[in-house]
Formats: sequence, structure tokens, C-alpha cells
Amino acid sequence: MTDGTRVELVDLHRHYGPVRALDGLTLTIEPGEMVVLLGPSGCGKTTALRILAGLEEATSGRVVVADKELTHTPANKRDMGMVFQAYSLFPHLTVAENVGFGLKMRGRGGRRRQDRAREMLELVGLAKQVDRYPAQLSGGQQQRVALARALAIEPAVLLLDEPLSALDAKVRVQLRDEIRRVQVEVGTTTLFVTHDQEEALAVADRVGVMNTGRLEQIATPTELYSAPATPFVGEFVGLSNRLAAEVTGGEAVVMGNRLPALAGSVDGHGLALVRPESVRLVPAADGTATVRTVSFLGALSRVTCELPDGTDVLAQMGSDQGAGLRVGERVGIELAPTPVLVIPPETGRPPEEAAPGAPGAAPTTGITPAISGRDQ
Amino acid sequence: MTRRLVRGVLFLLFALYFFVPLLAMLDFSTRNLVGGGRTWDAWKALGVDPQVRTAILASLGLAVCTVALMLVMLLPTMVWVRLRLPRLSRVIEFLCLLPLTIPALVIVVGLSGVYAWVNYFFGYSPLVLTFAYTVLVLPYSYRALDASLGAIDVRTLSEAARSLGAGWFTVITRVVVPNVWGGVLSAAFISVALVLGEYTIASLLNYNTLPVVIALLGKSSGTVSVAASLASIMFAALLLLLLSFVHRRRMPRGS
Amino acid sequence: MRARLGRLTPALGLVPFLLYLLVFLLVPTLVVLVGSFQEGGRFSLTNIRALSDPSILHALQESVVLSGSTALLGGVLGALLAWLVVGLSPTNVVRRFVVSLCGAFAQTGGVSLAFAWIATIGLSGVVTQWFDDHLHVQLMGSGWLYALPGLILVYCYFQIPLMVIVFLPALEGLRPQWREAAVNLGASKWQYFTQVVVPLLRPAFLGSVLLLFANAFAAYATAAALVSQGSPILPLKIREGLTSEIVLGRQHLAYAIALEMVVVVAIIMVLYALLLRRSARWMR
Repeated sequence: MTDGTRVELVDLHRHYGPVRALDGLTLTIEPGEMVVLLGPSGCGKTTALRILAGLEEATSGRVVVADKELTHTPANKRDMGMVFQAYSLFPHLTVAENVGFGLKMRGRGGRRRQDRAREMLELVGLAKQVDRYPAQLSGGQQQRVALARALAIEPAVLLLDEPLSALDAKVRVQLRDEIRRVQVEVGTTTLFVTHDQEEALAVADRVGVMNTGRLEQIATPTELYSAPATPFVGEFVGLSNRLAAEVTGGEAVVMGNRLPALAGSVDGHGLALVRPESVRLVPAADGTATVRTVSFLGALSRVTCELPDGTDVLAQMGSDQGAGLRVGERVGIELAPTPVLVIPPETGRPPEEAAPGAPGAAPTTGITPAISGRDQ
Repeated sequence: MTRRLVRGVLFLLFALYFFVPLLAMLDFSTRNLVGGGRTWDAWKALGVDPQVRTAILASLGLAVCTVALMLVMLLPTMVWVRLRLPRLSRVIEFLCLLPLTIPALVIVVGLSGVYAWVNYFFGYSPLVLTFAYTVLVLPYSYRALDASLGAIDVRTLSEAARSLGAGWFTVITRVVVPNVWGGVLSAAFISVALVLGEYTIASLLNYNTLPVVIALLGKSSGTVSVAASLASIMFAALLLLLLSFVHRRRMPRGS
Repeated sequence: MRARLGRLTPALGLVPFLLYLLVFLLVPTLVVLVGSFQEGGRFSLTNIRALSDPSILHALQESVVLSGSTALLGGVLGALLAWLVVGLSPTNVVRRFVVSLCGAFAQTGGVSLAFAWIATIGLSGVVTQWFDDHLHVQLMGSGWLYALPGLILVYCYFQIPLMVIVFLPALEGLRPQWREAAVNLGASKWQYFTQVVVPLLRPAFLGSVLLLFANAFAAYATAAALVSQGSPILPLKIREGLTSEIVLGRQHLAYAIALEMVVVVAIIMVLYALLLRRSARWMR
């Protein structure tokens, strides 16, 4: 168990000519915390990680670790462990030799290296693969070795650059829980980068959502989901319906329902981001909406309805409730009084900005709430 | 900074090593041995001197014939093996790479007997060297075509074409070849470069191809030989440069 | 019976190709193989024993020296040039140019290359004359271009480009993640080089050098164009055997020398294949 280190990224900028990969990122990671940077490709999250690792240099800004200025320290002197997306294990070394590589660079003797390597491999559950070569391991096993290798040197900071993106869906879920378990056990301050929001919400202490080089919001997963601060966060994280709303004095009127409006909402006309699980469908012969599709997803069901003006509304419910609904049936729509973010009507962006989460049709395990992006 | 300087100096040294002889060739071939000064006579001779001209045409003709025979021999065979005899692919690969191990010099020693028969059937034109040359270009052509064929799913494509009613000839010419065009061009260009410079077999079997004539003339008319040599090298370089632009579109991802 | 024929039919598609190889590759090789054990129409070991004649042994030695030195020189310098080029993007003009030029030099016949150097430092070469006019130094006094030292210089002219062509893919196979992982784990540039690059590239480097050796050993055109008197190396001894008007009492000597050449090259290629298989174990 190591005492964690505080990491501070202060006003980082990274420009390549006209392209602004990072546009003023300020972030503090508390000792022992796991912060996940989430965002679409090109948002700057990987750039931020690589600047912290020392593999790239910021155009301006500072990197401070445990109150020491590391901005200009070369990468091999930074005492950080990094797990790459793929292909980072040295193919000519066995698993044990890979894990011991960092210790070898630090001049640690053979016996102690072997013991430490064995210890780390047991931590990630690969004690039996000690003498194998990376080419003989599966993708998931390789990433475990990479994790063991990064932790073997007892780094002050652990960095993970989309470590699960190259793996199969099932392995991804297993491994992310493993990573979290190990991180909590060892207690290292960790920065994790991903574009998969389900992953981010599942493992993080706090999630920072990034877009075009800027940090839009950093909060716990629950806060991020239930109280998005900007339209981008609201639409990127989780599924949302966009329903016409009228805001006055902190209250939004959406389809006849009065809902509290979150800070950051516009006044007057706007589009309310309503979560599917907040939409309740009541069968009624004189209902305003007509059921269009019913998708059975195991524990949950999703139903789309069409309003008279042509808008589609997505509702999510337990499958016992959804069982009775039929296509073409008339239903009334009620909205639960959960606070909503109301975004300006012009900025309603098409769904390609949303994050890929669990693959469209079914939630991967059926246990986690089916949080996915709208691009299904 | 120093890193860039070191790289620059090294590049310069290599550039000197490779370009000084080329420039020397240009200088040498434009020398006026009689009156001093510059002349393009040697270069003009390339098109005018009957011996040289015949040799150039012979070599070019050989290049074309070799590429044609190579494609006719190799492409259907390789496609056939992929489709119907996948277990034999190792064997075919071994056979095609064999000429790397059996040097041209060795082949030519044993070839005179075979060529007595070839001359009997096909005459004495240098073009009969096509048969021997196709063997020489096998390893390089095989590799180029194999890389291209490996990048497309020949089996699925041909099954789809066959299910739509195409015969085997159509499958090869209209379905496979357009998709392995990069490999075909690569094999063709490398073969041309090789044929234009081949000397061993041609000289020891006594045919007058361009390299043979260049070497013969070297004793009497050095300037013409040097001009022809420079032209050969530049032609091959141009071909390969063009080839690199064809490949730009078809860079395979990963390995 | 029909079933058996049916299984044979696909194989029939290979017949033209196999027949062609048989006639133009295997038969000549067999002729050489058989011919070296014959003399005067009968089985004889005369030619094989002749391989231990001092002049032939000397030629073998010279061939080995020539091939070995140009393989090493070409290997090291070619690897260096490949390293210079690999950092450039694949669409970079300089890189395309260098790789194409290397391809041209490596594939184009030795005759053109021989004349390239004759034009440069031959008896009336451009550089020779420059040295003579400006520095009053006789560069070509001993005529060394037309003997072994000259052969080494000119052979490198196609060995270096060949090395670039053969070794570049191996350099490209070095994934950037390995360097970054090594640096992240605390490796200095030197440590990265010795602990990661060298072990990974060693098989490919050695294999390429072997290939260069075989290439030089079997090369004929360059030497034939440069050397008109005497036969210092094995390939030229074959020429002597084939074209000599004075039959030295041994008609099939050329066959025996050719056999010797094949054996040497075959050994090299087997070693090459073994090395390739060893490195393929890791890569992928």
C-alpha cells in the first residue's frame, strides 16, 4: 500500500499549428484517486495523459506531482507506470522478464526482480504464465501483464491509455473490474483515459468529460449522470430524449409536467434532456402518443413512441412493465420529477457526438443499468 | 539539434557515394575524346548505332515477354493453389524461391543442353531467353503477387463470382487481377529492371542483349557503354519510383 | 477410381507450371549435379578432386573474402541508411526516392554498375582525372579497380541498397509503443537500444547479412565486366571453364565449380531460413 501522490495539471495547452489539441486543461488528482478522462476521439484526453507521462511536451502549462515541478523532466525519470492500448509488451522477453524490466532499468538485482515480478503477476492473476512469451497470451492476459509491469516499479502515478479498447467486449468488462480492484488495493493515484462511457462510469472515483481540448465537467459518476453541467456532457453521457420545454424561474415545463431545471439550463424556450428511465408510459385509449417499437433487452425493455407532432420519445422500464405494451397502442406519457438540463434549441447536435457504450441491442451483463450512447 | 545535424551529414555522405558515380557517368559519356569539350554523340549512338539499337530493342522485347510469361505462368497457378490446393502453398512457395538458392551462373552452366532444344523449336532470337528469365524473376514476382493476393480474400471473391455465373477465366481476369493490380505492377516492374540488367545467362549463352553489348563495347567505345549504363540505371529507378506512387493508395495496415 | 481421379484433377492445374520449372530450373541443376561427377562421358571424381587445386582453392578463398567483406560493409552501412530513412513518413518524397534508387541499384545488372565506377575512378575516370589534375595523385596507378579491392568497392554499390531493401521492413516492425514503454519504465536511450532494439533486430540483421553474402558469392556480371584478365574469384573460374579455348583436360570442371557454388549458397540459405523462423516466433 503506497501513500498516494497528488497530481496537478495546470493550464495545459498543446498546439500543433492551428490545431489546439489541449486548450487550457487544469485538473487535480487527489492521492490514491482514480480519475477517468472521457471524451470522443480528438478531444485531447490522450494528449493530456502523454504530457503527464512525459512522452509529449506541452506548449505551455505545468505538470506538478507531489508538489514537485515535472514539466521539463524527461519521461524516463518521472517514476510513472503506463499501460498502453496494445502492443507494448516486449516480444523477445518472457512475461516475468517483461514485468521485471523497469526494475532492471533501476539496477535491481536478479533475485529481487524475480520475486517482485512473481508478486505482481499473482496480483493480476497470472502466476502460472511466468515463462511464456507475449505472443502466446490472449489480449486480456497481455494487458494484465502490462498492468503488472507498470506497477512493479511502485510508481507514484499509474497511467492507463485506453487499455481495454483493443479487447473483446466480454474481456473488457472483466478486466476493468480487475484493474479497479488492483488500483484500490495498491492505492496508486491513477489517470485512466477512455472513450467508452460505461467503462468510465463503472470504475472512476471522478470522471472528467473532455471536448475539443477542454474539460467540460469533472464530477463523480452519479453527479455526471444526474446533473450534467453542459449540453455536451448531457448528450454524451447516457441516453437522452430531447423534448420541447419552457423554463421559468428554475422550473421547466415539459409536456405538461413540471420538472426542476438544473443549473446551466437556458431560460425560456429550449430542449429538455430527459432520461428514458424517467419516462413513464400509461396505456390510455385517449393517450397522445402511439407505441412504435418495443425492444426486449433481458432485464430491461425500451419502447419508442411517436408524438402527434412527429417527435420520437424513448422510454426505458423493467421488462415486467413493458411486457404489456403492443405496437400501435395509444399511451399517455408521464415524466418523473428528476431535474433536467434544458439546452438551447439551436445547439441540438446530431447524435454522432454521443459516446459508444454497451453495444446497442443488449446490456453486456444485464446487471449494470443500460447506459449507452444514442448512436445505436 | 545535434541529432538532426548528424542525420544530415550522414545523408550527405550517402548521397555523395551514390550520386558521384552517376554524375561521373554523365560527364564521361558526354566527353568529346577527339576535340575536347562536350558532345552528345555517345547518347545519339544509343538510337543510331545498329548494334546498340538492336540490343536495346532485344532487351525491351525480352522484358515485355518475360513479364507476360511470368504473369501467365504465375498468377493462375497462385490463384489455383489458394482456391483448390491450399496445402500445397508451402511447396509452391519453396519452388518459387528456389532460384534464389540456385544462382543464374549455375543454371546457365546446365542450360546450354536445354537451349539446344529451345533453339531447335524457337530459333535463335534473343527473345528465347524469356524462358530462362522467367525462372530468374520468379522469387521477386512470387513475393509481390503473394503479398497482394494475401490482402484480398480470393476464396470469397471467386465463390461470389462463380455463384453469379462466371467461368474460371472470367474469375481470374475480371475479378482477381483488378484487385491485385498493385502486386501485378510490382512484379512487372521488378522483373523489367532485372531483365534489362541480366548479363550472366545472356553472355554465357551468347545472345546480344543490351548488357552484353555494353560490356563488349566497353573495350572499344567506353563513352557509349557508359551512356547506355546510365540510361539503364535511370530507367530502372524511374520505374520503381512510379511503382512507389502506385503503392501509396494500397498501403496495407499493420504488418 | 473416379473418386481418385476427381481428387487428382485440381492438381492437374499445376502441371504447366511444374513442367516449366522442371525443364528450365530443375533439369539444368541436375545437369550440373550429374556433370560434375563425370569426365569423358563416364562417372569420375576427377573434377571433384580438382576443386582442391591450389588455384581453385585460392579463388574460393577470394570469393569468401569478397562476399564476407561486402556483406559486412553492406550490412552495417545499409542498416545505417535504412535507419536514416525509416524515420521519414512512407509518403515522404525523399524516402520514396531513396527506396526506389536502392531498388534500382540492387536489381539492375552488375554491368551498369561496373561501368559507373569505371567512369568514376577507372583509368580515365572523372575522379581519377580530377585527382591527377588537381592533386597530382595517381589514384588508379596499380589498376586496383580491376582486381579484388575494386570489386569490393563496386559490390558495395549494390550490397548497401540490397541491405536497405531487405532490412527496412524489420526496422519498420519496431513498434513505437516499445520505445515509449521502455522510456516510461526508466530506460535511457542506450538502455533502450541495447535491451530492446538489438535483441529484437539481431535475427533480421544477421539474416540480411547472410543474404548479402549469398548474393555476392553468386554474383557474376560485375566481376565479368570489370575483370578481363585472370579469374581471381570462383564465378570467373566458371567463365574460364566454359569459354576457355584450351581445354585443360577437364571439360566438366565448370560443372564441379558450379556445384561447389550451389552447396555454399544452399548452406547460407538454410541458415537464413532458420534465423527467420526464430524471429518469427516473437513477431506476432
